Amino acid sequence: MATMKTVRMKVNGVTHESEVEPRTTLVDFLRGPLALTGTHVGCEHGVCGACTILVDGRTARSCLMLAVQADGAEITTVEGLATPEGLHPIQQAFIEEHGLQCGFCTPGFLMSLVELLSENPDPSDAEIKDVLGGQICRCTGYQSILKSVHSAIAKLRTAGVAAQPPLA
Amino acid sequence: MKPPPFEYEAPTTIQEVVALLQQHDGEAKILAGGQSLMPLLNMRFARPTALIDLGRMTDLDYIREENGAIAIGAMTTKRSVERSDLVKSRQPLLHASTTWIAHPQIRNRGTVGGSMAQADPAAEYPAVAVALDAEFVIAGPDGQRSVAASDFFITYLTTALKENEVLTEIRVPVLPERTGWSIQEVARRHGDFAMVGAVAILGLAGGSCESARVVLFGVGATPQRATSVEQALIGQAASEALFATAAEKAAEGLEDTISDVHASAEYRRHLAQVLTRRALAEAAERA
Ligand SMILES: Cc1cc2nc3c(=O)[nH]c(=O)nc-3n(C[C@H](O)[C@H](O)[C@H](O)COP(=O)(O)OP(=O)(O)OC[C@H]3O[C@@H](n4cnc5c(N)ncnc54)[C@H](O)[C@@H]3O)c2cc1C
Ligand code: FES
Ligand code: FES
Repeated sequence: MATMKTVRMKVNGVTHESEVEPRTTLVDFLRGPLALTGTHVGCEHGVCGACTILVDGRTARSCLMLAVQADGAEITTVEGLATPEGLHPIQQAFIEEHGLQCGFCTPGFLMSLVELLSENPDPSDAEIKDVLGGQICRCTGYQSILKSVHSAIAKLRTAGVAAQPPLA
Repeated sequence: MKPPPFEYEAPTTIQEVVALLQQHDGEAKILAGGQSLMPLLNMRFARPTALIDLGRMTDLDYIREENGAIAIGAMTTKRSVERSDLVKSRQPLLHASTTWIAHPQIRNRGTVGGSMAQADPAAEYPAVAVALDAEFVIAGPDGQRSVAASDFFITYLTTALKENEVLTEIRVPVLPERTGWSIQEVARRHGDFAMVGAVAILGLAGGSCESARVVLFGVGATPQRATSVEQALIGQAASEALFATAAEKAAEGLEDTISDVHASAEYRRHLAQVLTRRALAEAAERA
């Protein structure tokens, strides 16, 4: 076995320090020791997008990152979106507009949209599709997801909030 | 699908990177954005004894203009290239080609150096590098050397990088005056690797083609210059008819055209011609 490494990262605002084997992928670290199973694992080669999370505010495939690479990073997973007061406006929009059926792909879609809408609160359809193209959904046919995005844009605008709170 | 065990190193200087490569004597792999290497590890196609992560090498992350070229640090992400105003204004072909690569989620982490070193035959950046006569700066045990793009891509997934060397910078000349450019590709879905792609750069003077460079990707082991197309253009008056006849030569001289589940060799040769014609027409409009 290879030399263990100590990693320290902040996940959804909570700091974790752990010994890991270098080959542990970030998604396995999140789902295993941290028990954050909201992030899904599909293909493990970057294609499906189910494992998409935010690393220092930017989307990344957590199946294509090692936990050791995230040492010192700030991570947001789908578990970090809702608050005790309620769901995130993007989550709420997905429910209302049927943006999911089986829900396997949903965490990845949500995280990708958090990045998009925090950088660009009023994206064009082309910009939205560029981002959705990086996520695979085998149930919805995408039209209801596109509707959910438009609904989320409106909700965020009405509430006057950013899709992503500034990192600490 | 989990990676085999390996040691992990995260050096912060080029000297350390080279020393670590030497120490592992050809058994270590450099890790950049991981967007090509991690799938290979997850599928156990690669079994390095150690990974040397360049992720902490922040001084390899830059884009600046120097002596008529855009100098890009190997660890610069595609996201940074895509959003760089310098690249947009001084080397728009590089900007446009970046938007064809994968998806925003992949471009956030994938690096320029990683795409060049990976040398995928269907990748955009190697073709753009060959079309623009980019230069590759490499560090190794004997110091620094530089290699021209035409000598860098050797065959499938193989470059001029030697075992203990690391790519540090790519220099892309800025686009000359009165020069138009275009990148065209056909893929199953936007963001997938190209079945075939074409890059054209056309210099016009008084309506005639003064210089021409056409490079195809996704057709052979490396980006291929379509020299017969280029020769058919030089000195001729630019017109749709000229581009159509010149583009017919795009499949000439293509060696061992790729044939796989995505497309037959015949279809790829057909696409090479169609995309060359479209690329020439668009480049002429921009010149
Ligand atoms: C879903 C998906 C879709 C994709 N679509 C496309 C596409 O359409 N077009 C395209 O071009 N690419 C595509 N890619 C590949 C992507 O662009 C990769 O980012 C790129 O090929 C490799 O860059 P990286 O920084 O991730 O390198 P890594 O994966 O970390 O490394 C790749 C290889 O290069 C070596 N290497 C990296 N940096 C250096 C260096 N500085 N010196 C020496 N060796 C080095 C590594 O050892 C490794 O062998 C896609 C990837 C995914 C996951
Ligand atoms: S599991 Fe990571 S992209 Fe599919
Ligand atoms: S809802 Fe089932 S895969 Fe998207």
